[in-house]
Formats: sequence, structure tokens, C-alpha cells
Amino acid sequence: MTKKTSTWTRRSFVAGGAAALAAPAILSGTRAYADNPVIKVGHVSPRTGPLAGFAEADDYVLEAIAQAFSAGLENNGKTFTVEIISKDSQSNPNRAAEVAADLILGDEVDIIVAASTPDTVNPVSDQAEINDVPCITTDCPWQPYFFGRNGVPGEGFRSTYHFFWGLEDVIGSFLDMWDGAGVSKTVAGLFPNDADGNAWGDAELGLPKPLAAAGYDLIDPGRFQPLSDDFSNQIAAFKAADCEIVTGNMIAPDFATFWAQSAQQGFAPKVVTIGKALLFPSVIESLGERGDGLSSEVWWSPNHPFNSSLTGASSKELADGYTAASGRPWTQPIGFKHALFEVVADVIKRAEDLEDPEAIVAAIASTNLDTITGNINWANGPINNVTKTPLVAGQWQRDGDELDLKIVANSNATNIPITGELKLLS
Amino acid sequence: MEWLNAVVQGTLLGGLYALFAAGLSLIFGVMRLVNIAHGDLIVLGAYLGLTVTIILGLHPLLALVIVVPAMALIGYVLQRGILNHTLGKDILPPLLVTFGLSVIIQNALLETYSADPQKMNAGALETASLSAGGLSVGILPLLTFGIAIAVIASLQWVFYRTALGRAFRATSDNQEIAQLMGLNRRHIFGLAMALALGVTAIAGIMLGIRTSFDPSIGGGRLIFGFEAVIIGGLGNLWGTLVGGVILGVAQTIGAKIDPGWQLLAGHITFLVILAFKPNGLFPRINE
Repeated sequence: MTKKTSTWTRRSFVAGGAAALAAPAILSGTRAYADNPVIKVGHVSPRTGPLAGFAEADDYVLEAIAQAFSAGLENNGKTFTVEIISKDSQSNPNRAAEVAADLILGDEVDIIVAASTPDTVNPVSDQAEINDVPCITTDCPWQPYFFGRNGVPGEGFRSTYHFFWGLEDVIGSFLDMWDGAGVSKTVAGLFPNDADGNAWGDAELGLPKPLAAAGYDLIDPGRFQPLSDDFSNQIAAFKAADCEIVTGNMIAPDFATFWAQSAQQGFAPKVVTIGKALLFPSVIESLGERGDGLSSEVWWSPNHPFNSSLTGASSKELADGYTAASGRPWTQPIGFKHALFEVVADVIKRAEDLEDPEAIVAAIASTNLDTITGNINWANGPINNVTKTPLVAGQWQRDGDELDLKIVANSNATNIPITGELKLLS
Repeated sequence: MEWLNAVVQGTLLGGLYALFAAGLSLIFGVMRLVNIAHGDLIVLGAYLGLTVTIILGLHPLLALVIVVPAMALIGYVLQRGILNHTLGKDILPPLLVTFGLSVIIQNALLETYSADPQKMNAGALETASLSAGGLSVGILPLLTFGIAIAVIASLQWVFYRTALGRAFRATSDNQEIAQLMGLNRRHIFGLAMALALGVTAIAGIMLGIRTSFDPSIGGGRLIFGFEAVIIGGLGNLWGTLVGGVILGVAQTIGAKIDPGWQLLAGHITFLVILAFKPNGLFPRINE
């Protein structure tokens, strides 16, 4: 009896494997488009991993953008088809750099955009800068963006631009909120040993100096490692100093641990204002009753009096659209992700020559656009390649069955209406 | 008083670490399997607990009645279906397979529950505390510590006072001879994994009440489990509790000196013990 060999041989595996690997390249070469020239936009975002909350609205935003772009965009009398290629950074800076390089060298995108925390924005911008590809980013305070990439004030970067707010705005909004609270000026500081925590707690550029200047006493026990299981020592120090305000920058699991332990140890501050951990409604919901009354910075909300330059939708319409599409509450990154593509569309329309990266960069630099997150104009920035959007402070308050982020302090951006009054926790 | 507080809080934290570690210790003791997916299984337990509390409206501690058997079943199926096939002379295949399992569990959780941090709501239990002489001790950490002792005492009882425990020890000592004596090694391993994941379920729920969790935090918890097992001595259950407490106290004392030293102090203590007593403080297995 002869034995039939139907198993894979090394030869057939190599041949098949090579064909499979080559297929996408060949196929992409045969894609047929209408007569319109194509402009490609690469998009990097942390869709999975610990930062996925920032990107949860990606699908909704990109769908609306694709619809707005469906007829193409006009530039110098010619209609361009816009193709958006979105890739996942997996919340990992190395992976973000890898997919950015892939977009630039493999997909040959004309413009690259990225959003959400220094871990995404910085590696993507660095890749764009090396390869001279125009790059627009958002959703990361500008200090970690600018100084984290070794930017030199006065020189800046060649092809990478960023819009968001800075630490000075956070500090300003927090002080604005606390000043009206009528509590003692002893502040407990919780800063982890990560990019954000070190920037916020930095003696020169962070919270300590402006807080001292405003007459606040900051009790900072020191940097702690993220994902700590115990905060009893910090709590003991805060209790000993009679802190009535707690501030800092934490990730959600750390805050939950701290907040439960505070209750166990009998530490009851009157105001708790924490960056990053308290941004998302899902986090506040997970804290149950003890989520009511916590406060944080507000970059964007459905009450911001701005409209999209692309679709004309108001902030409220954009946020409600997300809730209707997903059944989930609105989150702050939605507005910024939308604004990112507003800027892209504006740049594509205005650029003198879309074939020339330098012309695109020049168009970015001369942007003056009213977006859903406010006016974006790099001529008004605090430093090269950076421009700022308004920042206010808000408090999560129970409104019927739901927790709502009420804007309670706005002296830094008075065009954004106040929607609630700060309530003390105890 | 502040130092005393740090020691007390650290000891209670050690209870949680001992719960993380007990399952690892048990599996290693019986079948020499290093389970890289253990941290993710803890998180899986927490998510199952969350699902049960939301669907049935139960208190998280009552949810244990459902989650522990469910995890035990998962453990048995996992061991019989996958892990038994990887066990052999070579220790690498189980390592690789459990590593892959860890990636799969994380992504499955991400797909099912999204990246939102979740927390189990245990009501007043979370914030209740006892005060005595300037010390405040949270009821929840105290309860966790009590549960850790109870879990380890019952595992110890199972190991040394029951037929099942005898079977565990026999297979652990010599698989072939145990097999000759009529023990089905595959079934015994399945039961050991079931027991281990039952304990993991308890660890997951206690973690989920104490802090918020998301699909990605498993790996960070695994390291504490490993350290507690190794400090205490491989395969020694009471040693695991001691290891957990040493790790917890090292962390809080470190944090008392400077918060930046919290995790570092734990890791350094672990390394020092590893350097001077490579088999841990109370080794059971001499190889």
C-alpha cells in the first residue's frame, strides 16, 4: 500500500506563504478609484489596552467624518478623494511608533494624525518629524508633548503640530474652583511616577510653584508607582496635615484604591480634584455613591458653545449622536477627535499644493479655524507648533438617575457657560 | 504609631497577596506548572463576579457562591482540555501555552467588557472601619485577611486530611507510581486546577471590591503572587501566607519612608530572600 503524502512540504509552505504575504501589496496596487486624485490620511489611536477609553468613540467619529468627506474635498478647483487609514497603537508607545512608520512608509500617507496621551502622540509625531510628513495631534497636555520630545522653545519642530491645553490651564482652573469653595488652603498631592505624574508634580513646571504663589500649602509625600495596592501612608500624612483638598493625576484603579482606603481610615476631604482618573463617566459610575461630588478638568462637554466646521453640528448634537449610536454616555475625547479631522479637512482645502508636504505644513501653520473644541490658530500658541483650546473645571453631580459633569468654574474661558455650583463633599 | 499603622496595613495587604498566590502555589505544588495566566484568571474571576452581581443583584460576597464553582469548572475543563497535553519533562510548553492563554483572556475580556474600569459595589463594607487607640483598620482588608487564612487552612486540611489530598501529594511525589496505584493523573490534575481557580475566584472578587479593575491589570497582580509563593517557599501553603505578609509589610514600610519605594521595597525584599534562601523561607520541595 502506498502512502499518500498530502502534508505541507517546506517548498509549498514557502511558496504559499510568500504568495499570502505578497497578496495585500499586489491587491492594493490594483485598487481602482474614480478619476479623482486621492489624498491619504493616517490615523493612530489607542483602540485597545489601558488607554482604550480615550478611543472608544473612534468608530462613531470616523464614520461621521467619512460621510462628510464622501463627496471629496476641493483643493484649487480639483476634487480630491480622502482616504482615512486608522491603526491601533495598543496603548503602547513602541507599537505607536511602529504603526506610524508603517503608515508613512507602507501606506505612504500624505498627512498623519494621532490623539490620546503622550504615549500615542509623541512616538507618532517623532516618526512624522523624521520622515518630514505633516502631522497634527491632540489630546495630550502640551508640556509632555513639547518637552517630552526635546523641543527647543523658539525653534520647535518642522512638520508636527499640536493643539490642546497645558498644565498652566489645569492649575488655573483648579485654583479657580477651589478659591470659590471656602475651604482651608491645605492641599494633598498624589502624583504617580509616570510621564503625567512627574510633569504635574515637577517643582518648577508643575503644581507646586503656582499653588504656593496662590497661598496654598501642598503636602506631597512623593511619587508612587502606578498600580499600588496601598495608600495608607499617604492618607496618614494627609490626615496629619488636615488637608481639605486632594489633587493630583492618577489612573482609575489607583484612585479607587485610594478613595476606598480614605474612607476606611477616616480621611474625609472636602474637595477632590484629580486629573485623568475622573474624566470618564464609566469610572465615576464604578465608584458608586462615592463618585458623586468628585471633580476634574473639563476639556470639552456637550455644553461647550461651539459647532463643527464640517457638519455644522453643535457640541450637544455630537455628544447625543454618540449616545444614540452606542448607548453609552458621552466622553471628552469625542470633541477633540472630531476637531482633529476638522483641521485636516481645512488644511486639505487650503493647501497650495497637496503633492508637496511643505505646502501642507505651511497650510497647517496658517490655520485659523473655529472647531467644535474652540478656535484653533497656531499663530496664537504659547510655544512653537502648539496652540491651546479652552479649559474649565467641572464636578460630577447626581442629576436624577445619572451622574452629570457640571461645569463649576470658568474664569479662564468665560464663553463656556457654568452649569452648576461646586458642592463640598463633607 | 505611624510605623505600627504601616505594619498593620501591610499585614492586611499581605492577606490579599496570599490569596493571589495560593492558587499558584497549589498548582505548582501538585503538577510543577507555572501558570503565567494566573493574573488574568484573577481578573476573569472579578469580571464573572461583576456579571453575577449585576444580573442577579447579589452582594459581591454572595456572588462567590456562583463564581467559585464556575471558575472551578473552567479550571477542570482547562486542565483536561489544554494544559494536560502540555505537561511533560519539558517545562517550556506549559509556560508558553499559559502565556498565550493570558493574551487570549485579556483580549476576550476587552472584547466583552470593553476597557472601562469596573468595580464591584459592596456598599457600606467598602468604607467601614474599626478604630482602636489611634489605629483605623478597614473592615474589608480585615475580612480579606480572614478569608486568606480560612482559604489556606482549608487547603491545608484538604492536602493532609483527605483522600483527595493524598492523591494530590502522591501525584506530586511521583506521577508514574501514582498512576500505577490506580490514580488517574489527568483527573487529579483537573481537580487541582479546579481547586486553584476556585481560590482564584475568591482573590478576584476581593480585588474587585477593593479597587477598580480592567482587562489589562492581570499581569501586574501576577508578579506579587509569584513573589509571595517564592518568599514563602515553593509548595508550602502557610509559607505563602507568610510570603504575602512579608511582601505587604515591606511595601507599606517602604512607602512610609518614601512613596516611591513602595513597590521597590517589596521587590528588593523578594530579591534579598531569593539571594540568601533561594528555596524560600519554608521550602517543602527539595529538588
